[in-house]
Amino acid sequence: MGIDRREFLRRAAIAGITLIGGSSPAYAKNIDKDTILFTGNIANERNWKLYEKTHAAITKEHYGVLVDTTRCIGCRRCEWACNEWNKNPNRPIAEFEKSVVGKDNVFKTIRRMHAGNFTVVNRFYSSKDGKPIYVKRQCMHCEDPGCLASCFVDSYRKASMGPVLYLPHICVGCRYCMVACPFDVPAFEYYEALNPQITKCTFCYDRIIYEGNVPSCVEICPAEVMTFGKRSDLINLAHERIRNNPGKYIDHVYGEQEVGGTSWMYLSSVPFEEIGFRTDIGKTPIPNYSRSFLFGVKMFEIVGAWPLVFGAYYAISKARKKHTSSHETPPEEKGESHGGSH
Amino acid sequence: MADHTNSWFREKILLGMTPRDYIISNFNFSNLIAAIFVGTGVAVMIYRLFFGLGPATNLSDNYPWGLWIGFDILVGIALAAPGLTLGTAVHLFGMKQYHHFVRPAILSSLLGYIFAVFALLFDLGRYYRMPYLIGYSWGFSSILFLIGWHFFLYINICLIEWSPALFEWLNLKKAREFFIKLTIWATIFGVIIAGGHQSALGGLYLVAPGKLHPLWYSALLPVFFLLSAIFAGISMVIVESTITHKVFKSQLKDFDEDKYNRLVIGLGKATASALFVYLILKVFDIAHSNTWGYLNTPYGYWYLVETLGFVLLPALFFAHAARKGKAKLVQFMGFVTALGVILNRLNVSIIAYNWHFPASQKYYPLWSEVALTLGVVAMLILAYRFVVNRMAIMREHPEYESSHS
Repeated sequence: MGIDRREFLRRAAIAGITLIGGSSPAYAKNIDKDTILFTGNIANERNWKLYEKTHAAITKEHYGVLVDTTRCIGCRRCEWACNEWNKNPNRPIAEFEKSVVGKDNVFKTIRRMHAGNFTVVNRFYSSKDGKPIYVKRQCMHCEDPGCLASCFVDSYRKASMGPVLYLPHICVGCRYCMVACPFDVPAFEYYEALNPQITKCTFCYDRIIYEGNVPSCVEICPAEVMTFGKRSDLINLAHERIRNNPGKYIDHVYGEQEVGGTSWMYLSSVPFEEIGFRTDIGKTPIPNYSRSFLFGVKMFEIVGAWPLVFGAYYAISKARKKHTSSHETPPEEKGESHGGSH
Repeated sequence: MADHTNSWFREKILLGMTPRDYIISNFNFSNLIAAIFVGTGVAVMIYRLFFGLGPATNLSDNYPWGLWIGFDILVGIALAAPGLTLGTAVHLFGMKQYHHFVRPAILSSLLGYIFAVFALLFDLGRYYRMPYLIGYSWGFSSILFLIGWHFFLYINICLIEWSPALFEWLNLKKAREFFIKLTIWATIFGVIIAGGHQSALGGLYLVAPGKLHPLWYSALLPVFFLLSAIFAGISMVIVESTITHKVFKSQLKDFDEDKYNRLVIGLGKATASALFVYLILKVFDIAHSNTWGYLNTPYGYWYLVETLGFVLLPALFFAHAARKGKAKLVQFMGFVTALGVILNRLNVSIIAYNWHFPASQKYYPLWSEVALTLGVVAMLILAYRFVVNRMAIMREHPEYESSHS
């Protein structure tokens, strides 16, 4: 079935190119609305169940995807394929393809992922030659993910191949992972009253664990923007491309070191902040910020505070006994009540 | 009809009145206002439960936390620190002269935490899974996990600290004796627990270095939150005692105004010293991270309003009032300090959060979010009044006077 499906997609993609043209203005206005209002995501749960069954057996090698933004043509077929595979709300592929030429289209705003989509393509204009640059965004699948460390009921997993997976059966819906994510990836089903979930890209865990399969977005791409492979190989490939094409790329592989490294990495012809990436997030993994604090609190609570507080208590009760035995009223003390807690 | 029944319910709950008299006695203007707030709040709660967070709030994927976290939790918990500060001062540092302030302080902490967690239930997507935190799934690497557990423990601690008043009211002498002995241990435990989670609330934002404005973001965030919780706690004692001494005046026999004023000024001194320590650390922090440049931006001006107007200014006035013995000024500055803490928490959680966003994309609360918050605050005040009118919080229980804890 997988082959049939792939063949179908390829044909659909070829057919799509011939269909470019015309416009449907209502679509652009509603595109974000559909995905914000979406509820009932099933892809995350499916992947989590698969993870429970398979994670012990699969390879420990980290995989990733290298995205070469200089190659992207903005056809948005990756969005379509992603929605299709993950059963997110979708539209005919032709509607995605014609955004690149449509006037009143989705590229007019910079979009982000919402409850009903795991990936978006945004358009920027090059500061070098004024030509459009299309940038696909999705979960970066950090090597040391902030969402995972921030979750207070432990409802994220980092699969050994690289995907960061969300376990909807534990999540309480506090949305702290959304605060912690430096790339603003996790989205929330705000319009589900009883059982809202976080939704995010799964790195197609349910595809890539099978030999020879790649994520659905990578598979459909007609311009070979994305390369799926071992993360270490991809880093070499990225630097090779930079070396072999002088002047084409800036000398920076986004994701190689950002927040401790990510599974998805990017190449660009212009500085990354010009195409919607945060370049001020540093190289420190997000969990490190909380780790040192949690260590401090433990020290404070277990090692530091107990002797201090008990010491203060005994010293004071001794002093109080002296006072009561000599029948003096205690002298007016300064109210620095926080002294003992340091 | 029910006139001759002298039931427990009538005595304890209805303050000795008949149900009819009790209801009539509650028909007044302030209760009407409270009823409106509570009514709207409950309506919003029901709306949120049936329609979800999307329709009930202005929250979005970029702003996962809004007023319900920023005010109900961050502000609420900071202002619920009186139990921490006063409990420590009296039970641990032996400042017995403040013991009249302890029970109201403990009660406000207890109710503050309970209602903060109650409000939090409406912000959680799957509120019914809250108990998962306690026994089903532990996220040890999360600061929120630490906070959740500390809230749970601290509410229990406050219950223990408050329980002597409850048992006096129920006339259970044995239970009261037992829990009085526990109080001191609960206080010690409480200092550690409260210190831990007050700082952890600031620690929550440590993981968002790219989202919180550099003037507010700091490796010292937990220290700032702890220190400001301390002066928030003391200033709230000043604020509460100012209000309660007016509202519940009838409960205070042989009230010595001079002595009371002296104590208030003492609280003012304590607040001032905490404010100064906080301010010095803030300056060091800006110097260390070299964020001086940001001060000359709109966010910088706002930062200066917060730190100069609501930290430095009250600190100076507290010091002045203490020297001149002006209790009224201390009381007023107590309000200013508490307002400053509210401002600080809202700045960190909402205003300076996602600071690189253009104004058009920034979050502002929907009316329903404000209504729910106000409703919860009204509930808290009603619950506080309910307890104070019945239990020995402001006054001393006639039968237990000599052994007041």
